[in-house]
Amino acid sequence: MKKVYVREEYCIGCHLCEVYCVMAHSRYPHDLLKAFKKGDPLPLPRLWVEEKGPLTFAFQCRHCEEPHCVSACITGALQKDTTTGVVTCEQERCVGCWTCVLACTYGAIRRDTKNGKMVKCDLCSNWGEPPACVYYCPNEALIFVERGE
Amino acid sequence: MEYVIVGNSAAAVGAVEGIRSVDQKGKITLISKEPYHTYSRPLISYYLAGKVTAEKMFYRPLDFYERNRVRALLGKEAVALDAVNKVLTVRELRDDSVQEIAFDKLLLATGSKPFLPPIDGLGKKKVFTFLSFDDARAISSVAVPGARAVVIGGGLIGLKAAEALTTIGVQVTVVELGSWILNTILDQHAALIVQNHLERQGIRFLLQTTCEEVLGNDEVEAVKLNNGAILNCDFVVIAVGVRPNTELVQGTLLKVNKGVVVDQRMQTNLPDIYAAGDVAEGYDLIYGKQRVLPVLPIAYKQGKTAGINMAGGEKEFPGGFPMNSIGFFGLSINTAGLIEPGGDGWEVLVKEEQRRQVYKKIILHQVRIVGFIILNEIDRSGILTGLMSERVSVGDFKESLLETPGLVNLPDGLRHARQFGGAQ
Amino acid sequence: MALSLLTPMFKVERDEELCIQCKVCMRQCVNGVHWYDEEEDRMRCDHKKCVGCHRCVVLCPTGALTVKKYPLEFRENAHWTLDYIRSIYLQAETGGILLTGMGNDRPYPVYWDHMVLNASQVTNPSIDPLREPMELKTYLGRKPKAVEIKNGKLAEKLPPQLELDVPIMFSAMSFGSISLNAVKSLAQAARETGTFFNTGEGGLHRDLYEYGANTIVQVASGRFGVDPDYLKAGAGIEIKIGQGAKPGIGGHLPGEKVGPEVSATRMIPLGSDAISPAPHHDIYSIEDLRQLIFSLKEATNYEKPVGVKIAAVHNVAAIASGIARAGADFVAIDGFRGGTGAAPLRTRDNVGIPIEFALAAVDERLRREGIRNEVSIVVGGSIRNSADVVKAIALGADAVYIGTAALIALGCHLCQKCNTGKCNWGIATQDPYLVKRLNPEIGARRAANLIRAWAHEIKELLGGMGINAIESLRGNRLMLRGIGLNEKELSILGIKAAGE
Repeated sequence: MKKVYVREEYCIGCHLCEVYCVMAHSRYPHDLLKAFKKGDPLPLPRLWVEEKGPLTFAFQCRHCEEPHCVSACITGALQKDTTTGVVTCEQERCVGCWTCVLACTYGAIRRDTKNGKMVKCDLCSNWGEPPACVYYCPNEALIFVERGE
Repeated sequence: MEYVIVGNSAAAVGAVEGIRSVDQKGKITLISKEPYHTYSRPLISYYLAGKVTAEKMFYRPLDFYERNRVRALLGKEAVALDAVNKVLTVRELRDDSVQEIAFDKLLLATGSKPFLPPIDGLGKKKVFTFLSFDDARAISSVAVPGARAVVIGGGLIGLKAAEALTTIGVQVTVVELGSWILNTILDQHAALIVQNHLERQGIRFLLQTTCEEVLGNDEVEAVKLNNGAILNCDFVVIAVGVRPNTELVQGTLLKVNKGVVVDQRMQTNLPDIYAAGDVAEGYDLIYGKQRVLPVLPIAYKQGKTAGINMAGGEKEFPGGFPMNSIGFFGLSINTAGLIEPGGDGWEVLVKEEQRRQVYKKIILHQVRIVGFIILNEIDRSGILTGLMSERVSVGDFKESLLETPGLVNLPDGLRHARQFGGAQ
Repeated sequence: MALSLLTPMFKVERDEELCIQCKVCMRQCVNGVHWYDEEEDRMRCDHKKCVGCHRCVVLCPTGALTVKKYPLEFRENAHWTLDYIRSIYLQAETGGILLTGMGNDRPYPVYWDHMVLNASQVTNPSIDPLREPMELKTYLGRKPKAVEIKNGKLAEKLPPQLELDVPIMFSAMSFGSISLNAVKSLAQAARETGTFFNTGEGGLHRDLYEYGANTIVQVASGRFGVDPDYLKAGAGIEIKIGQGAKPGIGGHLPGEKVGPEVSATRMIPLGSDAISPAPHHDIYSIEDLRQLIFSLKEATNYEKPVGVKIAAVHNVAAIASGIARAGADFVAIDGFRGGTGAAPLRTRDNVGIPIEFALAAVDERLRREGIRNEVSIVVGGSIRNSADVVKAIALGADAVYIGTAALIALGCHLCQKCNTGKCNWGIATQDPYLVKRLNPEIGARRAANLIRAWAHEIKELLGGMGINAIESLRGNRLMLRGIGLNEKELSILGIKAAGE
């Protein structure tokens, strides 16, 4: 399946991926200004930008073949879509037990402690293709490709 | 092909999904004593606390059986197993009628049953266990605000019950035999932080104490403790642990240790009979031997592994280790593997921040992570889980382990493998 | 600490209505202009630190930023302009030579803008390049006076040539003065468009050997990175004598820019200053130069053209003639607007002559001496667009070098801070955090697009003149007319005035 991959040698640590991820998951998924000015509280970005010295890269869910998070989910809210391969979370059913946080060996899951729900990358399934982070990455460090694993 | 699954929780669901990933045609029959659509067992405390409604308890969508073409025999108990002729005797709970079901492949996913300590008077009304939806519903009917409850057992189940009961206004006293609560997953220091936190919410703890007798005529009125004290209460919850539910296989040819003995394909000593979940003994990566690993993520994975193998696929359960993510009144706890170091070759990394109730302890053996306890600062803890399950030597980046885990701290090779990972 | 008298150059204006506090500006500004005031939950800035590179303006996702000239006015003074006053404040503080990057920015006349091109009307039909073939192919190298054909073949082998699909090459810019990603961008673009990039005095990084067929390797006074493999790797060799931005001056790459890769590529110790002497210490005459030219030809089996690059200075015509006679296959002339990674400000702005005059003078001199065929002329140091290219070729150039234009294509915003090593665009820097900002895939795409776009425009202009091959334009000064030039300028340029 097509996934988002980072080429860390081109990641400039600008965090625009986060900014646009927030927009894409806000009430104004196509209006950055309104998303930020009217979105209170703002949704959390579904990815992490990691930084250490000159090394920077964005990272999000790998949408694993056999996701540990799905196996671990106590409510069944986390599922891997059998057609698209996207690992999704049915938000209403998440109870915030954070077992997925402990299970995901990639550390790809974020805790929305305000709402007591986990959030994760959904590959912008409801936003468009490529995902917003890739679309708006100013240096093409993020790519959305099939990579035969 | 006739597949029969006994059980209806994570392992059973995993098996259905495992079988169907290989075999779309074979017939699957699922037998469960509980008359409910597959539900999430850990959610019973959320149900009791009023945080999740009965309709939201299901572990898979309501069309799960239909979509996977599973004949679900709910409210029926498997009472006897003829392992030689491959026949299961099933009793209808409503009318005690009995039928025989033949199978080609059988999965035992009967889970755990509560351990009942030798206490007098356990037969009285309003003495509950806390493992099933029915338990939760029964407790719910007596747990009115202002009621007084005694929870016997300060482990995961007991404290989740205590939290739920406190949330709905019940006055709770927890009686724990050990020196500290949650002693299977926390060290004493962490336990004390958690205990203080729970005490602030109104829960009372009696440690190094046992209950000798449940007092009352027909109904519970009080419990008598080993120090002679009498605790008046309206109901009692017994939560001193669970045991593999192996009743069905006692006296058969199946090899049973503490749980049913299985190989890495989750097959028992008989070729067509498999076992998974809390009833089975899976491979513990940290201990390096077969053990009962009664946690949901492992149950699901074992079930799926069994299902794939039952349907003719090839899959091995790579092993696991106990891990628990649990929270009480906003305090989050993540633990995995071992919690106390041994002697030579062991190392402990500790960080504490009292104001935020942050505690982090990572245990290394021969420069590999073999366990950890994290209070509150649990973000991305799974990265540690991954290093643990992959047996990664962490010598080169040990000093970063106490920070919030990040791939950025990993050596290039490991980091790139994760950036481009996802196949597993 | 005594107060600095320097006032800001720029004013950063932030539209608070548009700012979403995403901090992209803060993260992207290596000069530390922007910062986040947590207490106020707003972005703030220090105007003094702004160099006007526009990185924040371009990256700001809501367009909340703009950078303006700092509005502070001195009392009007035609003689003492802001730049000169600032320079004195700065030197009074530091006691040092003023350093700068890029090219001469003084308001000298731009002669390209005083020349206009011809077009066909009625009597000689113009050509539509979309319908008819149009040839831009250019060969750089020594051409024989005449060719002899025997049995349908050339009787004698032609001297080695560089074959260009377009008469535009990327100027010498070293790995060290610019980032490896910038060099990679140009190398890849050169390959895609059938032209050449030039290593400058930076050596050839191991990742770039694969671009050898599109590489001109430079041999300069410091001889950095030169060995037999290097000489053989390129398609041609260029001896660098001078540079338009700093004629008569050598180069100095400070040790902090000499990281492991630069060190390996230049073949010098890690962290050591790379000093290119002002002269080649083995060249004090045309004869000495001839020795070096032939040493290099010998080393490469006479298979590669060897050129010589000089800065455009007063007696450039005589020097070029000497270079041709010394055996060079091409002479590259760098005008006084040519860029640099670092040069003393006063040298950059006051030494050398405009390339337009230098080119006209050299072409004229070589023709008069009957040796124009023996050497190709490449000019650089001011080419801004395709019309400049066409005018240069009409004045007599075989091809042009573009440096500044290529860097602008990669993202350069001409802030002139190349010498600081803090290029926010990832071009003139070796800082590992900054070099990532230039993704060579994007850089190559943009640089190649620029060459392609100019090639299209050159064809349009040629077609308009009724010319279907760039060869027919070369030295065809009748296609040019001067505007606003005096008699002397017209005569040096060898062109008639408009209307004549």
